[in-house]
Amino acid sequence: MSNDWPLFEVFIRSRAGLEHKHVGSVHAADARMAIDHARDVYTRRQEGVSLWVVKSSDITASDPAEADALFEPAKDKVYRHPTFYAIPDEVKNL
Amino acid sequence: MYTQALDALGKDCLQETRVETAGLEARFQARVDADEKVEPKDWMPDAYRQTLIRQISQHAHSEIVGMLPEGNWITRAPTLRRKAVLIAKVQDEGGHGMYLYSAAETLGISRQQMIEQLLAGTAKYSSIFNYPTLTWADIGAIGWLVDGAAIMNQIPICRCSYGPYARAMVRICKEESFHQRQGFEIMLTLARGTPEQHQMAQDALNRWWWPSLMMFGPSDKESKHTAQSMRWKIKRFTNDELRQKFVDITAPQAQFLGITIPDPELRREEGSEHYRFGAIDWDEFQAVLRGNGPCNRERLEARRKAHDEGAWVREAAAAYADKQRSRATQAA
Repeated sequence: MSNDWPLFEVFIRSRAGLEHKHVGSVHAADARMAIDHARDVYTRRQEGVSLWVVKSSDITASDPAEADALFEPAKDKVYRHPTFYAIPDEVKNL
Repeated sequence: MYTQALDALGKDCLQETRVETAGLEARFQARVDADEKVEPKDWMPDAYRQTLIRQISQHAHSEIVGMLPEGNWITRAPTLRRKAVLIAKVQDEGGHGMYLYSAAETLGISRQQMIEQLLAGTAKYSSIFNYPTLTWADIGAIGWLVDGAAIMNQIPICRCSYGPYARAMVRICKEESFHQRQGFEIMLTLARGTPEQHQMAQDALNRWWWPSLMMFGPSDKESKHTAQSMRWKIKRFTNDELRQKFVDITAPQAQFLGITIPDPELRREEGSEHYRFGAIDWDEFQAVLRGNGPCNRERLEARRKAHDEGAWVREAAAAYADKQRSRATQAA
């Protein structure tokens, strides 16, 4: 049996104005075929108006073990949110 | 992967690794208990990974093999409308297989390995697809009963602890409802048709009822995986609970159709929504699982034939892609 075709991750824009969102993956010989397969597998009910396919091997992902190191520092910086600042009720439009 | 590294480690190391693994497992279970989702790159116990690979790949195979009994009637559908609907349904089943293979691949098994297991006959798929579709009414019965039972099984899996499986299942469940309703519509049309058509609907129910109940798997007493799968939140209800729910909602539907469920012991319990039903023939279930159902051999032969006859297409596409790539490199 020959080897699997490479794996592509599939992203769909569900309608104009929205971002592309990951939905799953397909195998295909090349990117053009991956688009065709993604169309058959993921958009049988008008789920999208645009498709992206990216070779899975080209994606670099963060390591879950480093999640704390990466994302924890944002936790104590509540001053980045508008609700951190106390403004008297009488002040309008702020 | 701790389990793979064990051989290479000394005894002290081994002890330490075990302690460490136990800690990781405890933390993993705590996350699952807190209804957090597990994603592909997260640490997970090897048994959790293997259980999911087994379950998701079996589920994917069932979708793919499930295309065969219904595909059998595409060329003979009674009207153009029925034909268009059946083609769309069978195409959906293929799509469901693809979503599920794609989810299983996130656990580290390749698509090729899974397909090899199916074609070699070492992987299981749902026992129901080893029964033949003898008349058009069977297409109605499959949609109504088989897809109905599948929905009952699959809705709780939308909340499964493993993210990719849960997401695939949400997509599948959205599409599955059309399958069941089109099946019921076929049954209703036949049941209200000529006496011969009514009899066709009855005959299909007679043949599909018990195999549909078997789709929920062995009884809770016999099910080896249930307790652990429920702890891991892969499974949310036991086989018997789901089977009971299915009988409870299906029995009144059969009554509406004016056809009789082939179970003399079936009756509604006094003052309750629940139905009591007769004993399932588990010997038949085991025989079908072992490969001795009416169509086991035929189904696998059809899959192997499709796979072999498509080999040149896969090779040609790969060769074409290689040629395009090398041309692009030369041009650069």
